Amino acid sequence: MVPTLIGRIQTRLFLLATVGVVITALIVPVLPGLTGPLSQDYLTGFSVLAAVAVLGVLWELLYHFLMQFRWEKDWPTLFGLLTLVPEGLLLLFLLRSGAIGSVIDPVPPASAFWTQFVVVWICVWLVANGPMRVPFIRWRFRGGRVL
Amino acid sequence: MATPHTPPAAGDLTPELLGAPEWSDRMVAAAGIPMYDIPFLTLGGGIGSFVTLDYLRVYGVPTSQMRVVSNIDHPWQTYEFLTRCSQIPRPERIRSDSSSRPDNLWGFPSYALEEAWKEKNPAYLLQIATEPILNDYWTPRAGTVFENLEREAKRIAYWDMLVKGQVRMVRRRSGGGYFTVVTPPEGTAQTKRIVFRSRFVHIALGYPGLKFLPDLQEFRQKYGDYQHVVNAYEPHEQVYEFLKTRPGTVVVRGGGIVASRVLQRLFDDREKFRLQTQIVHIFRTFVTGSHGPSLRNRRKGGDGWAYQGFNYPKSVWGGQLKAEMRRLEGPERAQKYKEMGGTNTPFRRRWQEQMRAGREGGYYHAVQGTVERVEPAADGRMMSYVRSKDGTVREPVSDYIIDCTGLEADIAEHRVFADLLRHGGAYRNPVGRLEVERHFEIKGTASGDGALYASGSATLGGYFPGVDTFLGLQIAAQEIADDLARRGFCRRMGPLRSTSQWFKWALNKPV
Repeated sequence: MVPTLIGRIQTRLFLLATVGVVITALIVPVLPGLTGPLSQDYLTGFSVLAAVAVLGVLWELLYHFLMQFRWEKDWPTLFGLLTLVPEGLLLLFLLRSGAIGSVIDPVPPASAFWTQFVVVWICVWLVANGPMRVPFIRWRFRGGRVL
Repeated sequence: MATPHTPPAAGDLTPELLGAPEWSDRMVAAAGIPMYDIPFLTLGGGIGSFVTLDYLRVYGVPTSQMRVVSNIDHPWQTYEFLTRCSQIPRPERIRSDSSSRPDNLWGFPSYALEEAWKEKNPAYLLQIATEPILNDYWTPRAGTVFENLEREAKRIAYWDMLVKGQVRMVRRRSGGGYFTVVTPPEGTAQTKRIVFRSRFVHIALGYPGLKFLPDLQEFRQKYGDYQHVVNAYEPHEQVYEFLKTRPGTVVVRGGGIVASRVLQRLFDDREKFRLQTQIVHIFRTFVTGSHGPSLRNRRKGGDGWAYQGFNYPKSVWGGQLKAEMRRLEGPERAQKYKEMGGTNTPFRRRWQEQMRAGREGGYYHAVQGTVERVEPAADGRMMSYVRSKDGTVREPVSDYIIDCTGLEADIAEHRVFADLLRHGGAYRNPVGRLEVERHFEIKGTASGDGALYASGSATLGGYFPGVDTFLGLQIAAQEIADDLARRGFCRRMGPLRSTSQWFKWALNKPV
């Protein structure tokens, strides 16, 4: 799928709300370093997921801007994977610095954060690069728009 | 034997029919042409017809509702002929994206996944994940494409829908729908023509023919030599066979994918058989580096070539350029086509190495120039008069000239399109081909509750650019299938049916 701006944003929100939610629900009980009651761990896990979605909309604006310098106006598969590094680092920094610490409290330890973040990211990336096309046959021809 | 009551021309087109833009049932009956009713008819029988039928079969349309008229036996026949001539036999890789699968409308699993699985080669997966940044684009083998097309054709019962014959024309029917006149193969029908009466017709006839550069066409006709001046899309194995027998020089004309392929064959043979072949490569437009109208719109290039992974920028098949073009009309659309157009070829590391070795070894000479004429040389070979932009005139003498500049694109060269332009209400788009709607209905040809659609190369210049590609044909097929659903011919496919149909595809079960 080669995205348009609105398609990028819709795909991110849709996949985080589906694949992201399922993976988070499955992975939170086994995340390393979480010590609170399970309900609190879930609250933390889903808060992190929500933060990825909200911040992600801003990231997508940046990616769209950068894509304009590519002749083909495409976004290679590899970029979709590697962008997890800056996005993860920024989010962790914002959590640790307290910038969004008032929303997500307690801040998860780095091990729990990275495990959840990377697993969710890879699952979303894999689904976006294939299985998504099975139920949604028009999605890839509409720049990633779900609606 | 004709009875005394039957007019001699029974079963053939009459002057009355030929002159009338719209026919009634009575007119056709009066001409004595047998008439067959079929709600949906697709003309061509190549990959364009195939993917459209595939979509409709998956949407749920039974074979009894559809027919395909074709002069070929299987949908990939012409494509395979052209790819084989242009040096892509089954084991070689075509220039097409991994998830552009004409046998699988979902594009999942992609060809890369399939080949990686079948050949137990995970390197393909690494390549597909890192293309085009760390690797060349992964592209499928021609053989993979054809084998899968055959599997899917059997699955959707393609041959139950095939009618052999040559399409002559499509005319509007009074009261709605269309008549399609077909000339059946000799001896297979009682009459010279048969007619299909349909509510919907889809035209996917492909390219009208091969295109020859004017100077080469002139040489062929003037000297009656069709052996030494060849088009890369026609069989020309004699060139490579000759070069195996003695050292020779070949002039290659063109800067596209076919030129790349022909060069690879010449370089491969040179290496494999230790040949002394000299190659003179003439580019009319010699690209020296990145080029484009602005910083944000620059295509890579060099050594004569413009480099691009596929024949259009990748976002025309679903991204930004597709969305932009969909909104443009007239001159603005033509301008956008011009900006993204131009002959190009993919940057492939192997080709780059071969050309570099050729330049260093002094056996590959790439030059800019326009060929003014080709004449026989004193030693019986051929001399090309090449004038470069800087005024330099070169006169390379060669044993063979291979024209790699492409296929005929003028739609009026095909009698079915010529007839549509003259009698059917169709007209040309800003780039000179057939103007179609966003859903690929040919503008100006509506007839009652019927619709006439077209896809493929004839529709280039429309709201969607990548038409003559696997994925482009599927995009057109989806638009057509959804339009047919709006008109009540079938049900639009939603996520549930799509998923269940995908499992049927995966398990190779009938739709």
